[in-house]
Amino acid sequence: MDYLGYLLGGWGVVLVAVAIYAVSLLRRGKVLSARVPADRRRWMTTDD
Amino acid sequence: MSTTLTRPSSTASEADVASTGSKLTRVLGIASLVGLAVLLLLAFVFTEPDQRVFDRGLDLDPLLTGQGDAVRLLYVHFPVAMVTYTAFSLNAIGSIAVLWKKSMWWDNTAAAAAEVGVLFCGLTLATGSIWGRPIWNTWWKWGDVRLMTTTILFLIFVGYLAYRRTMTDSQVRAKRSAVVGLIGAINIPIVYKSVDWWQNRTLHQQSTLRDRAIEDLTLFSMIFGMVVFLVIFAWLMVHRFRIGWLEHQIETVGLEAAIAERRAQTSAAVEDAVTDSRASAGSGPPPKTGMN
Repeated sequence: MDYLGYLLGGWGVVLVAVAIYAVSLLRRGKVLSARVPADRRRWMTTDD
Repeated sequence: MSTTLTRPSSTASEADVASTGSKLTRVLGIASLVGLAVLLLLAFVFTEPDQRVFDRGLDLDPLLTGQGDAVRLLYVHFPVAMVTYTAFSLNAIGSIAVLWKKSMWWDNTAAAAAEVGVLFCGLTLATGSIWGRPIWNTWWKWGDVRLMTTTILFLIFVGYLAYRRTMTDSQVRAKRSAVVGLIGAINIPIVYKSVDWWQNRTLHQQSTLRDRAIEDLTLFSMIFGMVVFLVIFAWLMVHRFRIGWLEHQIETVGLEAAIAERRAQTSAAVEDAVTDSRASAGSGPPPKTGMN
């Protein structure tokens, strides 16, 4: 396969960046959720 | 401002789990991972390299005009670019709603869309640069209108996010950042149409899909990639929106606590004053009765 380095670089930067951002969101959500009472976290009390 | 986010319900089976996850995010997350796996198979296994040729006539050898294996980068570059447009358009809708309805719900949506949009705009620039190196023989070209307008769009929304951090009053922040968001949104159609308006000032081709320059499995893979990344965008948006909601709740709870504390101090001071006045009235000289 030609341009393998470019392919890995292009796909890799997207997948790694999105994964890092997703993990950071989950961690931020967990930290903030612990500081807010459950009755104020509406998505916890819905069926969505 | 209205702060209602979602409908309340009676079921609270997961209320003890502190996170921004829910059934919705789990479905979106699984769909994202499965879709991404299929997209990778399409991009690297099932699709062929782009080997279109241009027939120059009987006496000349045909020219290879396709991109070869570099076309596999477009299965990720095109979807992240579409997500960028979607995110910043959603920010514009949210900004209009903030100014029109003064809604914190929409302010939170706009902020979430801007943050996710900045990520995908940066990735659009990065993947475009990586794709450009083998195809255009350059990582970057100053003066290319598509590159420049996209970079300006990226910087405007980085500024939008930075500007939001400078303000503590949530209502002022919502209004002012909505104005900045709408200014940034003006650039979205300019980015999109730049390759048509300034054709001789860009290395980019015109719209590939509109001109039907590709077809069959290549076209399907690009459309499928767009759908997959829109699902990923939705997953990120839901989580980012809920983080904004939690931050708003912490601000509100902190404000409510401060007000309650202030009220308690005030009422205690009033009670002390009343007690003191009663005590001083009881221990003072007897009132004159007028009998003397």
